[in-house]
Formats: sequence, C-alpha cells, structure tokens
Amino acid sequence: MLKNTNTDYGRVTIALHWLVALAVIVMFALGLWISELEYYDAWYQRGPALHKSIGVLLFSVVAFRLAWRWLNPLPHPLPSHAPWERRLAGIAHRLLYLLLFFTMLAGYLISTADGRPIEVFGLFSVPATLSGIENQEDIAGEIHELLAFTLIGLSVLHALAALKHHFIDRDRTLKRMLGR
Amino acid sequence: MRTSSLNALALAAALTLPSLAPAADYVIDTEKAHAFIQFRIQHLGYSWLYGRFNDFNGTFSYDEKNPASNKVDVTIKTASVDTNHAERDKHLRSDDFLDVGKFPQARFVSTKFEDKGDGKAVLSGDFTLHGVTKPIVIAVERVGQGDDPWGGYRAGFSGTTVLKLADYGITRDLGPAAQEVELTLSVEGIRQ
Repeated sequence: MLKNTNTDYGRVTIALHWLVALAVIVMFALGLWISELEYYDAWYQRGPALHKSIGVLLFSVVAFRLAWRWLNPLPHPLPSHAPWERRLAGIAHRLLYLLLFFTMLAGYLISTADGRPIEVFGLFSVPATLSGIENQEDIAGEIHELLAFTLIGLSVLHALAALKHHFIDRDRTLKRMLGR
Repeated sequence: MRTSSLNALALAAALTLPSLAPAADYVIDTEKAHAFIQFRIQHLGYSWLYGRFNDFNGTFSYDEKNPASNKVDVTIKTASVDTNHAERDKHLRSDDFLDVGKFPQARFVSTKFEDKGDGKAVLSGDFTLHGVTKPIVIAVERVGQGDDPWGGYRAGFSGTTVLKLADYGITRDLGPAAQEVELTLSVEGIRQ
C-alpha cells in the first residue's frame, strides 16, 4: 500500500517521515560539528560542503513530502486521542514543516549572501537569488541557528509525545508510523 | 580662577582667530572613498589573502614645518570587514576572530611622529583591536599633496604595519604562516 488511507499511513509517507527525521538529526549534529572544526581539520572544507549538499536535497524531499501529503488522505486521529491532543498535534506538525522550511531557507541565504551558488555534491549547483542585503550572512546565520535549535526542541517533544502514546496510552499512534 | 580665565582667553582666540590656529587639520576622505584600510594575511603560507574594512573615519594633522604636531586618529567599524566572501566575513566577525558584537570598534591614536625626510616618517601610536590596546609603529610615506580641482587642498599618505594576531587576543589557529597580518592605511585627507 503506497498511498495513505483514512486509517493508515502508506509506505511513501512512512518512508518520507523517517528519512526526514534521520536527515534532521544528522544535519543538526553535522551543523554543530562543523562550526567547531579547526582550520587545519581535514573536514574543514568537506563538512560544510556536505551540510549544504544534504540541505538542498532535503529541501526537495520536504517539498515532495508536502505535495504527497496534499495528494493523499490524511489518516484520521485514533478515536482514543483526546481533543486537546488532536489540536496540539495538528499545530506541532504544521510548525515542524514551517521550521524545516525556514531553517533551510535561512541556511541557503547564508551561503548565497554574496551571490555564490551552492554546490550539491559537485553534481549541480543552486544559484543565489536573494543576495547582497546588508549583513545578510550574519542575520541569516543567527536565524538559521535559532530555528535549528527550535526545530530540534519541537522534534524532541514530538518524539516524546509518540512514546507517551506507545508506552502510556498503549495505542497504535507510533505503530501506525512504523507501518504496523 | 587664573586658569579658567586663561582657558577663556584661549577659547576666545580660537573662536575669533581661526587663521592663527594650525591650518593643518585634515579629515580623511572616506565620504568619497579616497581612503582604504587594507590588510593581507598568508593563506597556509602559499598565497596572500587580501581584505579591507569598508567603514571607518578619521582625522589627521599635518604640518611640514612643525612635524612634532602631526597626529592621526582613525576609528574602524570592525563589522565592515570584507574579504570578498560572505561566509568567511561572517566567520571573521564571530567570536573566533574580531568578535564585532563585543568589540565593534578598532582605533588607532598616534602618540609620536618622527620625520625621516623625503616624505618618509615613522608614526607611533596605540592601536586598539579586539579590546586590546598595544603600541604600534607605522612606516608612513607621503604620496603627495596640493590643491585639488574643486577648490580644496589635499594630502595623501600610505602607512604599513604588521600585527601579531595573538597580541590582540585573537588566538584562533590559522597555521604557522598566518600568525601575523599586514595592515596598510592609504588615506587622503581634505584640509579643513
């Protein structure tokens, strides 16, 4: 079953969810690590290049994920979910998408602040569009960092909520996203 | 009482007799950008990396007949560092290097001017960078002076010095060849 139904997530949705989850964790760790690298570290050039390349690919994955979400029915909340849980979860999910989008956008605006394109694994490059704003790289840098930490914070809450459903409420919220 | 009346007299003289004040005060022409603060540092020991500060201002006094009165005062906005690469400039502004949030200004104030003749001079002064003030010596060369085509009078100088980054508490390691940075001030002043 590739597509979602009213009761279950399809394989594509599940794969996209976990792929993005993995990418967000990897990118957060990578981002923290590259900002601490010493000048003579072998990864001083490669680390940021990898972070940017993954970022561009992740952007297209998230764009596809959103399109897929709109093309599919959204499984209804489980009957055991309380109204406040449904409302909170809905807000959190939308916020996660927004944070993802704006974190990536801010990152893009750092690297393209002076009109340089972003190389993606040396295969193709994404040109700069908005560039040359006064202190663009600094402002975008602050926002990128702030949003990344917020995104990770909200992701942790999201994960804790899933674990709460699994271990405390003992419903199939988490199982559903695992395809069971 | 006596001092204050003397001060009052001096003030009155300064106000009423501007022609007797030393006619050698110049404002550095940053407005029309005939002034540059450039720096260069070795990259890995294989090449030179050039950069500049785009935002600064300053004044100098220059009197050929009375070189002891010559002086310079320049203030640099550290956030205006520009090495033609936004990501690098962002890094240079961070607390790894200039820490411009904490130290928004760098400043040079001269303390001594030694005329070496033939338009050459040695300028001593205090340079404040990254919150650290150190005495430095700048080798100065007068490039030229004279009337400009628009009714003013201009004099231009070029000065160079070498700074050790660690002296100013900038300890981020850029390798053995990049411990020092060469600073060039190339300025034109308009006589006031």
